[in-house]
Amino acid sequence: MPNSVISSPHVPRVNRVDRVMLDVLLALIPGILVMTWFFGWGLLINCVLAVTFAVAAETVVMLLRGRSPLIALRDLSAVVTAVLFALSVPPILPWWLTLLGMLFAIILVKQLYGGLGYNPFNPAMAAYVFLLISYPVAMTTWLAPAGLAEHPLSFMESLRLILNGTLPTGFEWDALSSATPLDEMRGKLDLGQTIEQIGQSQTWGWLGGRGWEWVGVAFLLGGVYLLWRRLITWHIPVSMLLGLTATATLFWAIDPHTHPSPIFHLFSGAAMLGAFFIATDPVTACTTKKGQLVFGASIGLIVYVIRSWGGYPDAVAFAVLLMNIAAPTIDYYTQPRVFGHGSART
Amino acid sequence: MVIALKPKSSPERRLWRFHGGIHIPDEKALSNGRAIERAPLAARLWVPLQQHIGAPGRPLIAVGDSVLKGQMIAEPTGFISAPVHAPTSGRVVAIEPHPVPHPSGLSAPCALIEPDGAETWAELPPPLADYPQLDPALIRERIRWAGVVGMGGASFPTSVKLTPGTDREIHTLIINGAECEPYITCDDRLMRERAAHILEGVRIMHHLLRVRTVLIGIEDNKPEAIAAMQLALAETDMGGYTEIVTIPTLYPSGGEKQLIRILTGKEVPTSGIPAQIGIVCQNVSTAAAVADAVLEGRPLIARVVTVTGHAIAEPRNLEVPVGTPIEHLIAQCGGYRETPRKLICGGPMMGFELRESTTPITKSTNCLLALAPAEAPDPEPALACIRCGRCAEVCPAKLLPQQLYWNARAKDLDRVQDYNLFDCIECGCCAQVCPSHIPLVQYYRYAKTEIWAREQEKRKSEQARARHAAKQARLERQEQEKQARLRKQKEALAAKPAAAADGDDAKKVLIEAARQRAAERKRSDAAGQD
Repeated sequence: MPNSVISSPHVPRVNRVDRVMLDVLLALIPGILVMTWFFGWGLLINCVLAVTFAVAAETVVMLLRGRSPLIALRDLSAVVTAVLFALSVPPILPWWLTLLGMLFAIILVKQLYGGLGYNPFNPAMAAYVFLLISYPVAMTTWLAPAGLAEHPLSFMESLRLILNGTLPTGFEWDALSSATPLDEMRGKLDLGQTIEQIGQSQTWGWLGGRGWEWVGVAFLLGGVYLLWRRLITWHIPVSMLLGLTATATLFWAIDPHTHPSPIFHLFSGAAMLGAFFIATDPVTACTTKKGQLVFGASIGLIVYVIRSWGGYPDAVAFAVLLMNIAAPTIDYYTQPRVFGHGSART
Repeated sequence: MVIALKPKSSPERRLWRFHGGIHIPDEKALSNGRAIERAPLAARLWVPLQQHIGAPGRPLIAVGDSVLKGQMIAEPTGFISAPVHAPTSGRVVAIEPHPVPHPSGLSAPCALIEPDGAETWAELPPPLADYPQLDPALIRERIRWAGVVGMGGASFPTSVKLTPGTDREIHTLIINGAECEPYITCDDRLMRERAAHILEGVRIMHHLLRVRTVLIGIEDNKPEAIAAMQLALAETDMGGYTEIVTIPTLYPSGGEKQLIRILTGKEVPTSGIPAQIGIVCQNVSTAAAVADAVLEGRPLIARVVTVTGHAIAEPRNLEVPVGTPIEHLIAQCGGYRETPRKLICGGPMMGFELRESTTPITKSTNCLLALAPAEAPDPEPALACIRCGRCAEVCPAKLLPQQLYWNARAKDLDRVQDYNLFDCIECGCCAQVCPSHIPLVQYYRYAKTEIWAREQEKRKSEQARARHAAKQARLERQEQEKQARLRKQKEALAAKPAAAADGDDAKKVLIEAARQRAAERKRSDAAGQD
C-alpha cells in the first residue's frame, strides 16, 4: 500500500466481482436448460463434476500458495470457468477428461499465472483446446439432440456412461452419437453435396441444426441479459457476430451452393456462447472500445476461416485464444483520445 | 427526493456531454432544507497563515498583539499570493504549527486568536459602488487585498484569474454552481438565499474580464437554486450577456474542465488552463466574496460550510469565521448522532480525512462530512483487477484507469505517464465502480508523487552535474592560461638576456619573474580552493 491513510472516494463501492460472476451464471441458465432439454442429463452432470473439480483444484493451489482458498473461491470465477467448460464439451465426456480439463484450466492456465486477473488466456477455452488436441475422438462424440435421438439417455444411463463408460444395454455408440451440424456440413460439403441437398436432411431446422439452433437462441437471450445488466458492452459480441456474418455473407453471395448461409454460421457451434460469454471474458479480452471492436471482428473472421478451411469443424476456442495473445498489443495501439489531447470534437 | 420544481432548460442553449461520469445518491436533502445560520464564535480560532495556492504570505502580527476584525495578519509576497485577515477581534495568543485541512494531515503555521467577543472591525476601505467608472486595476487590487481565493476547493487567488493576459482574449466567464459532489449544499443554499449578491459579484467579474458571455451552470437537482438565480437575474440588467444554464446531474459535472465542456463543448488542453481557450471559471461562493470585497470593502474572513453526514445530529449550513475548529461546528449541529466512521473535509468523492478535531476551516473548506459506519463501510480487501473496463467507461478524462493502475503498481513511472497519468483529476469515479474494490485513486496519487519526487531528484542531479562540468572546465582553462603565461615568460626571458647587457638588469628581470611566479601560484591556489 503506497499510503497508510485511506484515500478518496469515501463512498460504498457499487460493484463486486462475485456479483458479476453470479450474474454471468444466471445469464447462462437459459442455455443450460435448453442444452439439457436437447442433450439430456449428461450436461448437468458435467456441470456439477466440472464445478467440483475446479473448486477442488483452486482450493489445493491456494493452500499450496499459503493463502486462504476462500479469497479465490469467493469470486466465483472458478465456477464460471467450470460451467463454460461443461457447456463446451460433449455431454457424455468421461469424468476423467473433465477432471484433466479443470486441472489444466485452474492450475496451469489461471493460478500459475497468478490467479484471476493475471491469466492471459481464457481458462475454459484453453482447457477445451488442450483436450480437443489430446483426445479428439472423445471431445467430438456428441449426442444426437432430442427428437432425433433413437434413445434419449436417462439420468442413470448418463451417469454410468460418464463415470464408467458403460453404454446402455442394447445400444452401440453409433446409435447414440451424432455429428454436430458443423461436422455434418463440413463432411457433406467435402463429399460434394450442395447446401440444398444437405438442407433436406431431417437434421436441419430453420436456423441451423435441429436442437442446436435453439441452444444458440438461448445463449443469445442470456447475452441480452448481460447487456441489459451492463456487465458487458455491445462491442465484442456485436463485432464478433458481425465479423462472422460479414465473412459468411461474402462467400455465401459468391456461391450459395457450397457456402452455408450466415444464419447457419450464427446459430451453429459455439458462436453465440462465444460471442457473449467467452470472447467477453474481461481478463483476456481487449479493454479499449476500439480494441474490442478489432478483437471481436477478428474472432469472427478467424472462426469462419477455421470452420471453412481449417482442420476443426468449430473454431471459437481457437479464435479466442489466438486473439487473447493479440489483446495487449491491440489495447496499446487503440488507446482513446484523452480529454484535452489532440483535436476535440466540438 | 423532492424534485417538484423541475426548471426547464433554455431551449436555445446546446449542452455537451463529457465522457463517463457516475450517478450517485446525492444525500443533499440531509442539509439543504435549512437556511444558512451564523454560528456563534468559537472560544479559540486557529487561523492558518496561508490559505491559498501560491507564494506564502508574510505574517504581520506577533504573539500578544491585539487584532481587529478584518485586520490583515499576513500579507501577500508575490503576484500569485493572498493575504489573510483576522476573522474577529481579539488577541493573538500563539503563532505556531497546527493541523490544517490538508490530505497529508500535517501542520502549518497558524495564528491562535482568542476572540474578545466585541467583534470590533478594523478600519475598512470604502465601498467601490461606482466600480464601472473605476480603473479595473483598482478593483483587482481591492479583490487582492480582500484575500479572495477560489472557494470551490482550489483556493487559487481570484485576482490573478481576473487579470486577463494581453496575448489572448477571454470571451466567456463560467460561474460554477454545479456543486456535483454528494452531500454538499453550501453553494445551493447560497444561491437560494443570496442570489442577488452572487450576481453582483458576477457583474464585477464580467466588468473586469470584459467577456461577451457569462454562463452560470447549475445541476438540475437544485431546482430552488435555479429558480432563485433566475428570479434574481431577471431583476438585473445582466440578462443581455448572462444565462443560467441547467445542466444534468452527473458527477463530476462541477469539475472545472467538465463544466467547461458541458457548457461550451470546448476542452481545456492537457496541462493547460481555461484561459488558453478564452474561458475563466469561478465558483458562486467566490463571486459572493468578490461582491463583499468590492461593494462593502470586506475581506474574506468567513464562509458557508455544510456540516452533514448521517453521523451528525442536525446537519445544516453554517456561516462561520475562517479558523473555527471543526469540533465547534459539530457541536453547533447538535454533536454526533452516532460515532462517525470518518470525518471528511470536502465531499465524499474527493475529500480527505481529518484526524484532529481542532483542525480549523479555511477559505476553501466547503463541507465537513461525518460519515456513519453504514455510509462509509471499511473497504473490503482489494481483489485483482479483472480488466472489466468499467473504470474506463466512467472516466471523465477518457483515460484507461486499469492500465494506469497496472503501471503504477509495477512502479513503471514512464509507462504510467505514457497513459497520461497527469490528466487524471482524481474524481474517484473509477474507484467507485471498480468491482475489485481497488483503491485506484490512491495508486494514481502515489505515482504522481513518485514522479514529482523523481523529477526533483533529476533536476538536482542535473544541477550537480552542470556544476561539476563547469568546475572541470574552469580548472582546465586556468591550467591552460598558466601554461600559456609560463611559455610567454620563458620566451621573454630567452629574448631579454641577449638584449640586456647589464648584469644588474638581468638580476632585476630574474627577481621580477620569480615574484610573478609566486603571485601566480598564490592566485591559482586560491582559485583551486573554490
